[in-house]
This record gives sequence, structure tokens and C-alpha cells, in this order.
Amino acid sequence: MSNHKESDGNTSRRRFLKEAGAAVVGLSWGLPVLSAGCRAAAQESSAKVPGKQWAMVVDMEKCRREGVRQAAIEACDRAHNIPHIPDSDDEVKWVWTTEFQHAFPEDVHERTPAAQREAPVLVMCNHCTDPACVKVCPTKATWKRESDGIVMIDMHRCIGCRYCMAACPYGARSFNWRDPRPYVETDANGDYYSDYPTRARGVVEKCDFCAERLRDGQLPACVEAVAKVAGGAGALTFGDVTDADSAVSRLLRERETIVRRPELGTGPNVYYIV
Amino acid sequence: MLEAAFHGGRRYWLLLAGWAVLIGIGAVAYSRQLTLGLTVTGMSRDVSWGLYIAQFTFLVGVAASAVMVVLPYYLHNYKAFGKTVILGEFLAVSAVLMCMMFIFVDMGQPMRILNVFLHPTPNSVMFWDSMVLFGYLILNLVIGTVTFDAERKGAPPARWVRPLIYLSIPWAVSIHTVTAFLYAGLVARPFWMTAILAPRFLASAFSSGPALLILLALILRRTTRFDVGEQAIQKLAVIVTYAMAINLFFVVVELFTGLYGNMPEHLDTFRYLYAGLDGHAALVPWMWTNAILTLTCVTLLMIPRVRARDGLLAAVAVGVIGAVWIEKGMGLVVGGFIPSTLGQVTEYTPTATEVAITVAVYAVGFMVLTVLCRIVVNVREQLEAA
Repeated sequence: MSNHKESDGNTSRRRFLKEAGAAVVGLSWGLPVLSAGCRAAAQESSAKVPGKQWAMVVDMEKCRREGVRQAAIEACDRAHNIPHIPDSDDEVKWVWTTEFQHAFPEDVHERTPAAQREAPVLVMCNHCTDPACVKVCPTKATWKRESDGIVMIDMHRCIGCRYCMAACPYGARSFNWRDPRPYVETDANGDYYSDYPTRARGVVEKCDFCAERLRDGQLPACVEAVAKVAGGAGALTFGDVTDADSAVSRLLRERETIVRRPELGTGPNVYYIV
Repeated sequence: MLEAAFHGGRRYWLLLAGWAVLIGIGAVAYSRQLTLGLTVTGMSRDVSWGLYIAQFTFLVGVAASAVMVVLPYYLHNYKAFGKTVILGEFLAVSAVLMCMMFIFVDMGQPMRILNVFLHPTPNSVMFWDSMVLFGYLILNLVIGTVTFDAERKGAPPARWVRPLIYLSIPWAVSIHTVTAFLYAGLVARPFWMTAILAPRFLASAFSSGPALLILLALILRRTTRFDVGEQAIQKLAVIVTYAMAINLFFVVVELFTGLYGNMPEHLDTFRYLYAGLDGHAALVPWMWTNAILTLTCVTLLMIPRVRARDGLLAAVAVGVIGAVWIEKGMGLVVGGFIPSTLGQVTEYTPTATEVAITVAVYAVGFMVLTVLCRIVVNVREQLEAA
């Protein structure tokens, strides 16, 4: 074995391997770092046109009614073909009910009565001003839209690393642990309730403030649905919080409101009327 | 030099075959996971990271620990580590490879992994983690092969390797610091969001890594004629002792901050881990085993006569590795998700599929390590025969 051709074949094959390896390393390490640097430098110079910030105001008193919450959740599920998976470990939920003590842990104390502590509250993605999920996503598959402040997800770019799920302080994100399509509710004809694209397994999803409906000038599905049920008028109000004349801005000025976990600095844009 | 990998006795080939069997079983399990999705694991909406990421976190530490032999040898001319450095570097290569594989098997859409490179995101610590890990792998591969090849030829290594070696020292610290930053930057997780997380990671890494290196050196001494030398092994044992003691100190510091202040947010996870929360106590036996193991190992390591005896040292090294594995894997990663951000407890138990895939990834890493060690042993034997 010791007298193989060290001088000819091996050295040129070695050189090729070395140079090819160096090229791979250089490109795969250098290109991303270089382009990230260029992007960071470029961001300083671009002028930011202030866009709006969509916000939701939840009237907690009105949302205590089961019918109101059910209408909101069902409308959302149908508008987005959200699967109903029986195993709670794998469940996908965009808007759901939780207890007051879970939504607002800082607002309960040892003597808070059970009725208050366990009062049902509607929760969803807060489309934060400084979202933790956007900060951590390694591919920018989730980002905050500058035009209207909605925190979006690109289902085709998401690599399913679930870092965003670790980062979200509100538990707003769901992962598709299995193929969701068999669990999506269908109507009497066996069709999906909506044209909204169903997702594949292995990606994360969450409330998107019905961006696709807003584009057509409609209100989010949950907001529209609650207005149609008994006691639901005004349970959910949607609007641009940067517009001083919008319904949400007026409510924020006139009523006492709280947000979830304000001390974390995420700046949630879903407000709760106490 | 690679051809040395094909020269081995029966035990060598049997060992490789053993790894291959484990890899085969894991491949079947992984194909099940690819088909059905990550539902085949024990992870859930609340506990969205589990065994895979736990192994990743543990192994990044092992990879970083190569610096514990590189620094004394190259920076301070500690000649006793002469034969150990290559082992440390190759162990780092194997560990980083396993890290990357654990990330890969944890991904929901692994085919999209290139997105991390195509869409670089400097504000994401995970982006930086993939960059530094990849860089560290290349660094150790290049340094290891170039220096060892030069030694084989009996010549000093090329001059350009020196700056790379010096670079690998802060780089090793950085890979584990960046991994700690993955956790420590999350406002949602008070259990992780502590400044001491990165120092804790490093302390536990510098305990478990050199302990693994000790085991590797002892095994090689037993099964081949490759002997790194008693002084090197003893020095490694001293390093493990100090690192483990510092790690224990850091744990105590964390416990004090949590327990004395008695803030519910800081306490809940500790309560779950060591006493159980809301009737859930699956990790309690593990955490107490870890506590006893840590205290026992630190105490034993402080006794020189224990360190001096191979059998005892090997046993304590296993104990150290086990203790850090539990603390970092289950304690830290799973603990961070319990209770959830909404204060609820969902427990996590890995499934058989998950374990099979995990074992297979370890088998790949150990197979690579076996081959690399084979090369080192063969070349050393040739050198010593000459």
C-alpha cells in the first residue's frame, strides 16, 4: 500500500478535492454572511414609509358568552380550513378560548374568585409591534408586513424548525405535526368551506388577521361572525390603531383596556376591554 | 491517509457493522417520520422541542470542548497533550456532524434546509448558529487533517494552519455561546432567559467533553497500541473536576435566585423538575438522579487516588457525561416548555421512533469517530514503527 502513485494521481485528486472543498465552504459560508451584511447596511439607508397597524379590541364581557366565542372560532376555522385534530398534542388553533388566569397571569392574585380567575377569554396572535417570533425566524418565513403591521407566514419557506413557537410568549402558533387535510371540516358536498390553501405537514401557522379578506375590503372572519350572534355586537372590533379616528382608537381612548404580558416588551396589538 | 481507514482487525469491522445496524433501524424510523410527520414523536403544541434538540444542545458542548486540549497545547506549549489534540479535534468533528443531523431530523420540512443559507437573517440567532457550526466543522476538519498529515510525513504543518488553530479557540467558545443565546434571548421563557446560561453551557461542556475524551483515550489504550499518555489523561481529569465544580456552583447560584426570591414565574419550572407541578412529575426521578450523580462525581473527582485509577476514572467519566446529559437535555430543553406560556403543564415522553432515530444519529457520529480514530491509530503505529 505504501508504493501507490503519490506523485501524480493522488496529488492532483487531492488538489481538486481541496479546491472544491474551499469553494463550497467559501460560497456556502461566505455568500450568506456577505449578503446579510449588505442587507443590514442597506436597511440603514432606506426611508421607511409609516404604514398602518391593524389591531383588534376584544370586549371581554361580551366574549364571556359561549355563543359569541363559538361563532368566532368556527368562522375562523372555516375561513382558513383549519384542521380539527382530536389529539390535543397535535392540535392546530388560530383563535381559541382560554381562562383569564392563563391569558393574564399578572392580573390574578391568591384571592381572585374562581369565577374571575377561570372566566373564558378569546385569544389569538397579537401581531405584536416588536414580535419575538419574527426576531428568531432563521429564514424570514415569518415577517411583519410594513404596510399594515400584520405578522405573516410564508408556508412555502417555513422549514418547520419551530423556533418561533419557542419564542412566542402567547402560545399563538401551531405546528402541523401531521398532514392536516384529512382533519379539515367539509360541507355537505364534501368540499372545503373556503378556498384558503390548506397547509402541508411540517410548517407552522397562526392567525393572519384575515389578510386575504382585508385585501378584498372585508373584515376578519371572526369579527364579522360575532356581529351576527346574540350579544355579540361589538364583541370584536377591528381597525387601524394608527388612525386616531378609527373605531379601535376610539375604544382605546374611552374604555379601560389591557394587553397580554406588556412587561415583555413585545407590544401586542390585541387589546382587551376589562 | 484515508486508506488507513480500511486497515483494521475483526473488532474494527464488527464495530462498524454494529453502527450500521443501528443506522439501518433509524433509517426505517426516519422514513416513518418523513411519511407521517413529526406526530410520531412525543412532542406537542406546548412542548415543541424534545429529544432531538436536547441531543443537539448536549453535543454542541462536546464539540466545543476540543478547545480544552487545543488551548493548552498550542497556546501554552503543554507538550503532554501532543497525542490528545488530534483526538479532541476529531471528536469535535464527529460531535458537530451529529449536531447538524439532529437539527435536520427535527425539522418539519428538511428538504427546505437550504432556505437558511438562501435567506440569511442576521437577527436570528439560529441563522448564526448554523453559520458558526458549519464553520467550526470545516475548521476542525482542516486543522485535524493538515496537522495530522504533516505529522505522518514527519514535517511541520503548513504555516497557514497556525492562524486557523488560534481562530478555533474563540470559535469553540462561540459555538456554545451562540447556542446558549438561542435560548437566553427568548422573553417567553423565563427559565432560559438568564445571563448565566452561556457560562453554564460552557462549564457543563467542559465537563462532559473532556470526560468523553478520557473514555475515548482509555478505550483506545485498551484496544489498540495508541496511548495518549498518563499525564494527558490525568490533566483531562483535572479539567473535568474543575469544570464540574464550576458547573455545580452555577446550578446552586441559579437555585438560590429562584428559591430565595420565591417568584412564581422563576419557580414553576424548578418546582416541576424537582417536585412536580399540578400532579405532573415525570422528570422528578431524572433530576434527582442528576443531582446525586453530580454531587457524587464532583466529590470523587476531587480525590487524586480516584483519578489515578483507570477503572474508577472511567466510571466517574460516565457519571459526568450522564449527569450533564440529563441536566442539559431533559432538564433544560424540556423544562423550558413546562409550564407553557399560558401556565399549563403538558408532559413530554419520547416515542420509540424518536429514540430509534436518535440512536441512529449517534451511530453515524460514532461510526465517523471510529473511522477517524482508526486512521489516527494506524498512522501513529506506522510512525512509531519507523
